[in-house]
Amino acid sequence: MKNIQTKARNYVQAWGPIILVALILFAAPVFLTDFRLTLLGKFLTYAIAAMGMVLIWGFGGMLSLGQGLFFGLGAYALAMYLKLESAHGRLPDFMVWSGLDTLPWFWAPFQSPVFAIAMVLVIPTLVAAVLGFFVFRSRIQGVYFSIITQAMTLLVSILLVGQQPYTGGTNGLTDLGTIFGYSLANPQTKTALYFATVICLIVVYIGCRQLTSSRFGRLLVAMRDDESRVRFLGYDPVIIKTITFAISAMICGIAGALYVPQVGIISPSTLGVVFSIEIVIWAAVGGRATLIGAIVGAILVNWGRSTFSEKNPNEWQYFMGLLFILVVLVFPNGVVGTLQTGVDRLKEKFGKTNTTPLDSPAAPES
Amino acid sequence: MSIWITQIFNGLSLGSILLIISLGLAFTFGLMKIINMAHGEFIMIGAYVTFVFQKYLAASLGGVDLGIWFLLSIPAAFLVAGLLGILLEKGLIRFLYGRPLDTLLATWGVGLILQQAARSIFGAANVNVSSPGWLNGGLAVLDATLPYKRLFIIALVIIAIAIIYIFLYRSTNGRRIRAVMQNREMASALGVPSETVDALTFGLGSGLAGLAGCVLTLIGPIGPSIGTNYIVDAFLVVVLGGSGGFAGTILAAPLIGIANTVLEFSTTASLAKVLVFVLIILFLQWRPTGILAQRGR
Repeated sequence: MKNIQTKARNYVQAWGPIILVALILFAAPVFLTDFRLTLLGKFLTYAIAAMGMVLIWGFGGMLSLGQGLFFGLGAYALAMYLKLESAHGRLPDFMVWSGLDTLPWFWAPFQSPVFAIAMVLVIPTLVAAVLGFFVFRSRIQGVYFSIITQAMTLLVSILLVGQQPYTGGTNGLTDLGTIFGYSLANPQTKTALYFATVICLIVVYIGCRQLTSSRFGRLLVAMRDDESRVRFLGYDPVIIKTITFAISAMICGIAGALYVPQVGIISPSTLGVVFSIEIVIWAAVGGRATLIGAIVGAILVNWGRSTFSEKNPNEWQYFMGLLFILVVLVFPNGVVGTLQTGVDRLKEKFGKTNTTPLDSPAAPES
Repeated sequence: MSIWITQIFNGLSLGSILLIISLGLAFTFGLMKIINMAHGEFIMIGAYVTFVFQKYLAASLGGVDLGIWFLLSIPAAFLVAGLLGILLEKGLIRFLYGRPLDTLLATWGVGLILQQAARSIFGAANVNVSSPGWLNGGLAVLDATLPYKRLFIIALVIIAIAIIYIFLYRSTNGRRIRAVMQNREMASALGVPSETVDALTFGLGSGLAGLAGCVLTLIGPIGPSIGTNYIVDAFLVVVLGGSGGFAGTILAAPLIGIANTVLEFSTTASLAKVLVFVLIILFLQWRPTGILAQRGR
């Protein structure tokens, strides 16, 4: 009997937070105006990206500064399809301005939505897998990995700006009008996209949950804490790391693809170095090693920004800088992590047994 | 022929700027295993120190053309950036030792604040600093012209490296820095004040960034985000050079500088950056620890 009770309690503890979040998000359209709802939808795509960050940083101990790049790759892949769809069979406007006569060969398959959606998943995963394999193979770790991923991000944004005829240059891909035949400006389309984002968010959450509580997840955490030990036990860290990096890239790619139709534009500045490091701070604010924290952090920081910076954009920059410093100096476990330790302490005080949810292994010693 | 001389010369000049920037990074990385993301903002500080010198001191020091203000601004940029660096080390970084990734994030925050501060003080637009008159013109070699400005930069960097070498290998403080770098515990046990050494090294590294900012005013306009243009390349120099000592950095910086300019000339600016990056990754497959690695102790 007692066993069943503990089991039930564990179950509630493990799945309660996400069920609560899901209920709030599904009910949100009732309470929010269309404008606010689209905003929330955008933040939720950020939240998905932040979960990818938690996977690789919180669980894998690798601080990737390239998650914005994967977000952007996913976004561009879908935006290419949307752009062609809005052009109605003609050449997209920026290609005409740059003097192209025919559609470049790598644009042609993007006329098919199925191909575009497949590429949303494949391109970020593939880029991360190739880069990851070479980087991890030469045992590049810690800050070196961060620097290399950051350089990669910078390069791709330079490349996107530089190849104006093929990518739309600094402006990016603009004037995206319809998705699968539905107008993006239509409130119903917007609500549908919002729900699609919420569903993706929950699916990604459950997927990450299963992954991190599986054997692979334990191996990942073990490797974060001591890579040599895992290697000597006969596992290959290169493979574990590459797979994790690729999965987190895929998650960010999905987030980017959901971002594009809701915002209606994608430009190189959206996937740059600054955006990439902002994803880190969302994960850090929420709690770097909790998936639910990623969602909370992404919404919290961006909501704060949109309400605060409407009036004083300059002060927001100072605040953002301060946030980076405070979150590592004072709250290294983030909002959710700090709450969890608080709850655990209360429990200890009242003599109850302390069951740590599977979701949150101790934060890495960075 | 002249085109290639010009390209290689430009590469050397870019490389020498990268060198002075990345030496500062290599110092802090070699000593404390941390990456200072605000390093680019110390470049910016050095550049604005030079700007302020021109604006307020040039008139009383014989005019812009004579350039006494500029010669004075070189040590001033070093000192101001260096002192701010020591302040940063004492006020923030020393609390984060042993957490390199967290330090990276915190210093990024510091960088954001410094950039915004520059925007509030000097405005968001880029400003021009006019160079002293005697730096205009160039030296004719074969049929190419080498601008005096870039020759001056290369010469200044060589002098700076020589001073750093003498400091590191012939002075007590330099010896302490090397000792802590090689083995922190042993150095502390033998009475080297490792905390003072940390602050000193961080100050030295930041000061070098300030120096780089000062010479960047010779090349073009400066703005609050000038540091970000160079910082990623400087990181790559540190990665390529390896963490063992400075010889690797000294080799890697001109290599990346020349590769950048030559490839940029043969292809396009954006493609050149991609090629250099790919070459670095491939090189690391062959020598994972960079050109010169630290030997284990």
